[in-house]
Amino acid sequence: MLFPQIGNMGGDWNTKKFAHTMWRKGTRLARDPDGTLIKASDVTIGSAFHVIPDGLNELEHHRIEEKAKAVVLLVRLDPRDLKIQPGREDWSFDGIVAYSKICTHVGCPVALYEQQTHHLLCPCHQSTFDVADGAKVVFGPAKRPLPQLPIAVDDEGYIVAQSDFHEPIGPSYWTRLKHTSDGLNDSSEGSSH
Amino acid sequence: MGARLDSAASGTANWVDERTSIGSFVKFIARKVFPDHWSFMLGEIALYSFIVLLISGVFLTAFFVPSMGFVTYDGPLETMQGVEMSEAFASTLHMSFEVPGGLLMRQIHHWAALLFTAAIVTHMARVFFTGAFRKPRELNWLVGFTLMILSLAAGFSGYSLPDDVLSGNGLRIIEGVTRSIPILGEYISYWIFGGEFPGEIIIPRLFTMHILLVPGLILGLIALHLFLVFLHKHTQYPGPGRTHKNVVGLPLFPVYTAKAGGFFFVVFGVIALVAAVFTINPVWNYGPYDPSPVSAGTQPDWYILFVDGALRLMPGWLFDVIPMEWELWGYTLSWNILIPAVIVPGLFFGFLAFYPWIEAWATGDRGEKHVLDRPRNVPVRTGLGVALIIFYVILVLEGANDIIATLFHLSLNDLTLFLRVGIFVLPVLGFLITRRICFGLQRKDRELVLHGKETGRIVRHEHGEYIEVHEPLTEHERWILVSYDDIAPLEIAPEYNERGVRRKGYRWDRFKQRLSRFYFEHRVSPVTPEELESASHAHH
Repeated sequence: MLFPQIGNMGGDWNTKKFAHTMWRKGTRLARDPDGTLIKASDVTIGSAFHVIPDGLNELEHHRIEEKAKAVVLLVRLDPRDLKIQPGREDWSFDGIVAYSKICTHVGCPVALYEQQTHHLLCPCHQSTFDVADGAKVVFGPAKRPLPQLPIAVDDEGYIVAQSDFHEPIGPSYWTRLKHTSDGLNDSSEGSSH
Repeated sequence: MGARLDSAASGTANWVDERTSIGSFVKFIARKVFPDHWSFMLGEIALYSFIVLLISGVFLTAFFVPSMGFVTYDGPLETMQGVEMSEAFASTLHMSFEVPGGLLMRQIHHWAALLFTAAIVTHMARVFFTGAFRKPRELNWLVGFTLMILSLAAGFSGYSLPDDVLSGNGLRIIEGVTRSIPILGEYISYWIFGGEFPGEIIIPRLFTMHILLVPGLILGLIALHLFLVFLHKHTQYPGPGRTHKNVVGLPLFPVYTAKAGGFFFVVFGVIALVAAVFTINPVWNYGPYDPSPVSAGTQPDWYILFVDGALRLMPGWLFDVIPMEWELWGYTLSWNILIPAVIVPGLFFGFLAFYPWIEAWATGDRGEKHVLDRPRNVPVRTGLGVALIIFYVILVLEGANDIIATLFHLSLNDLTLFLRVGIFVLPVLGFLITRRICFGLQRKDRELVLHGKETGRIVRHEHGEYIEVHEPLTEHERWILVSYDDIAPLEIAPEYNERGVRRKGYRWDRFKQRLSRFYFEHRVSPVTPEELESASHAHH
């Protein structure tokens, strides 16, 4: 009697959704919360943008759930300061980099950007990430760098995503690595919304 | 008039008694004797703030809409005009700004919750330091402990209901912590949230938990808690004529009925005053939940701070080299979350829950204890209590480290680094210093009993010697200073009997003996009548 009751409490139990966000090849980056698009020329050196995927605000269902995974912080550094990570040579554009805004510790938005040090600080537990160096952890309880969103610039000058994130965003979980090698590079396999 | 009133009262009482036989019960209850001490009020404060919570909570449920369905705000608050929000948040704004007295009720409810948890913790500390958890009250300690955990659950579930940015981030942290649980974490997360975070069901679920499940359990356990207090009779502080076999105090009726009844209104009044004057949780400043924004200097309610502090304190990399998140055979194990949010609170609360048994192993004492300890007379327990408090306070401070750093112009990182070391060092130091202070106080007590109080009167003897006159203690004063148990470390039977056969249960005995030595190896014994006798001879 009780098992079907408890069994239904978890929705569809499809935890693979942790691994997919709204970002696809060509999704334009838009400002949070108004949804206006961002051109590479808008992003001056030292500035930071809070970003959502274009089309998020128009979602009929699961808008908050998608937003909770898809939010991104976009910053432009002096290209000389930027240490490009191996294998990610074409993920940035002229010093512009985009990282998931969801902390790899327990999932707070990593919303505080210190322009001088290029550090991103999570106000919840003070995990600090170095944006200039692959968003690696420089202080605090997080262990993993923030996942990077590969970006490019389209014909009209708007910043677009090259694909979804290449790993699950946010806090760790038991099968995270399984989801990481789960064909995520193939942006066609996304969540069903 | 008076006679008519009397006959009406006795008539009614008679009517009730003939149908319920409650008379003898009332007589029993009314004549129940309770000892008097200010520290016995702490539990009462918890009880009364819970009553305030029930009263104000019923009012809030009349207006709160536990739904995550979206609405667009069109109420009187200018700053929220046209903002999309959940019905939960909108109804919170509605009751705050449109329902007369609604904001006051919300504030009363929130302040009462903060006082409720604080009173429980303080009451628990009183019970701990005075040894009121000893036989026969171990079970009631567990009931009280469970009430403390339930108060945290009540607090946190209520805190999350308005669905504002701050509490939403709190839920997100809970989700992140849940995910870190090995193997099952991601499924427990789905189970709690009905799918992906935040989903649309968590607020209704928390609502049911907050207004039905948790308060129901609390109410039932409070009844059990008080029933056990009646059954065991209340403990008393040491004093003239007070023993483990009697209770010295005043009757429930009329003395404590009047005191407690009055005290309820004092507690209610203080909560109402604080609620009327000090803003708490102004969710309209934070805005409705949105997974993107967050501001600096955001703290949860005080009783959750220690978990938040533990999460902040734990490094993701130990000494910048050893990762605290392990990837083993393709699976991820997040020590950086498990240790501060699951293991440390688990050990902390586990130790608290089972403390009465730990101490009973050390004393080996099977007798009933109705006279409380003066904390100095059990130095190790008092030291452990202080160490636990220091440990807890460090986590609380770390939970507010950004506020402290800003306030005192400190480096946030240095403060965290200091507390990372401090969490290991300071509780130990606190234990040693407290135990030392206890010994000192006990020796001072011995000195007082043996040689009396200094009077400040200097007398010169005929042969020129100056002495200060000491005034002997009265019997009542002496009673308090000498009437405590002098417990020696356990002696155990040897490992092998005379035939060289190893004894069963030796290891367990050995453990208890070690524990007992830790507690009682160093101790200051109370003054014996013989010592008193010889000391008084020496003086005259």
